[in-house]
Amino acid sequence: MTKTWLVARRELGAYLRSPLGALVIAAMLLIDGIWFYWQGMSEKRLSAEVLQEFFYAASGTTMVASLFLAMRLVAEERQTGTITLLSTAPIRDVEIVLGKFLSAFLMLALATAVSAYMPLLILVNGKVSAGHILVGYLGVLLLGAAATSIGLLGSVLARSQVVALVLGALLLVPLVLLWLVARAVDPPLNGFLSGLALHHENFRPFMQGILELDRVAYYVAVTFFFLLASVKAMEARRWR
Amino acid sequence: MIEIQDLYKLYGTRRAVGPLSATIEQGEIVGLLGLNGAGKTTTLRILACDLLPSAGTVKVGGLDVVEEPHRVRALIGYLPDTPPLYAEMTVRELLGFAARLRDVPSGELGRRVGEALELTRTVEVADQAISSLSHGFRQRVGIAQAIVHRPRLVVLDEPISGLDPVQIVEMRELVRSLGGEHTVLVSSHILHEISETCDRILVIDDGKIVESGTEQELAARLGAGVRVEVTVGGSADAEAVLRAVAAVREIEPIDVAEPGARRFRVTADADPRDALVRALVAAGVPVLGLGRAESELETVFTRLVAAGAEAPPARRASRKRRPRPAAESAGDTAAADAAPVIDEEAPR
Repeated sequence: MTKTWLVARRELGAYLRSPLGALVIAAMLLIDGIWFYWQGMSEKRLSAEVLQEFFYAASGTTMVASLFLAMRLVAEERQTGTITLLSTAPIRDVEIVLGKFLSAFLMLALATAVSAYMPLLILVNGKVSAGHILVGYLGVLLLGAAATSIGLLGSVLARSQVVALVLGALLLVPLVLLWLVARAVDPPLNGFLSGLALHHENFRPFMQGILELDRVAYYVAVTFFFLLASVKAMEARRWR
Repeated sequence: MIEIQDLYKLYGTRRAVGPLSATIEQGEIVGLLGLNGAGKTTTLRILACDLLPSAGTVKVGGLDVVEEPHRVRALIGYLPDTPPLYAEMTVRELLGFAARLRDVPSGELGRRVGEALELTRTVEVADQAISSLSHGFRQRVGIAQAIVHRPRLVVLDEPISGLDPVQIVEMRELVRSLGGEHTVLVSSHILHEISETCDRILVIDDGKIVESGTEQELAARLGAGVRVEVTVGGSADAEAVLRAVAAVREIEPIDVAEPGARRFRVTADADPRDALVRALVAAGVPVLGLGRAESELETVFTRLVAAGAEAPPARRASRKRRPRPAAESAGDTAAADAAPVIDEEAPR
């Protein structure tokens, strides 16, 4: 765990010293803010509906931001050759992967935390519960963790950051769009595919402020699966 | 310190290394000399536990690199051909990170980082961002990160690559200073460099160690002799005087720009410098210069590679090797590096 945190701290330092971290946070806040203004201020709506719309927008920006934050994690190290520092040190691949995941996730959490002024405005001026806000944010963070783990796998597999971004998107988008496929097939396959979709059925309860443990378990499982795949891909690299 | 037995590394069906066997003792400075694509980097990466061997046994400090990679990595400091440096960090931050990564206790961290900075003479740039450093300093920091945890084995892959002549001399001193406390394995395709820096040379070609020994041992074994260059003045028959020295086997006049001076390349069975000077002085011939000919090891190496080339025709035909200029010395490193070369080493 010490070395996981060591890697995570170094990565966080790299995010904060490079323009990437600031750009991603700024872009997230800008898009969320525009959406919030458009949905919340332009017409009369129920506070809970505005909050739901905010979390809907936040889920989209979070997924995209995750890919941008994760693309550099391993691919950049491979491009610059610094991966050798890690791969020849007494640190396990699982510690490297967890450290890198943790750093990107913490950056994402920071960006998400900065956006809290928008739901707080609704809380102060409208009628929503703090529980709705907390559950919504829990959903955004769980979705972000899953998307980051997917982006990380893309970064482990790729040799350049651009390819890592494309690979991450190629893994993420079909998972998001599974609900569309589910609509086109018959039961019971549609239920199965819908349950696998990264966003639609699994994220909506969080948007509405409803905490369902099976949805939490789903996101934890997706995150675990892609982190495990990343570790295995790192290990396999030594055989090549 | 290092025991390699029948090591093989295959990339698909292509054999990059093997069969390769070698032993290196504690405290030795050993050079791994070979052309690009000969298998140097692959061998070093396997030693550093960055790559797994396809077959064979590799032990470092008695530990198997496949069975106990975690413990082996703690014994090794590795500088790959491109120094693994995070550009946004300062030198001190990077060394602290590398030390913690290699289990240096937090109480000793400052002292170990300080020692590495002093040994590599990077104290003056310790608080500068790595992105602002020159290539020479980056190479030094690369070595610093490899020794900050006081490893028993230091593995340096082409440490002088891209350095200017002054930096090469400094790097040579640095590598030599590591001997004794550390076992050092240096790879290079620069013949002169290996000869100047290392106690012993392992010549690798086509993924195999084709010869091992000191420069003189290799030269003697292949009958290449010891070569020196002597510059003399005056009008006396210096060539006759040189020819009379017992160990001298061959004398070849060389062009020299200096007016009134003549230069000869002398090949002898053993180092003839002392005898040559005595004979010339006794004959009243002014001695203007005397030194080892840089191409001595080159001759040995060329013969070894040429001998290897005759043996396994199948794989050699498939290697994308182009002929390299014969006289690669420290001074023409940059040109050698810039030339389109041979087979790519292991993919990263």
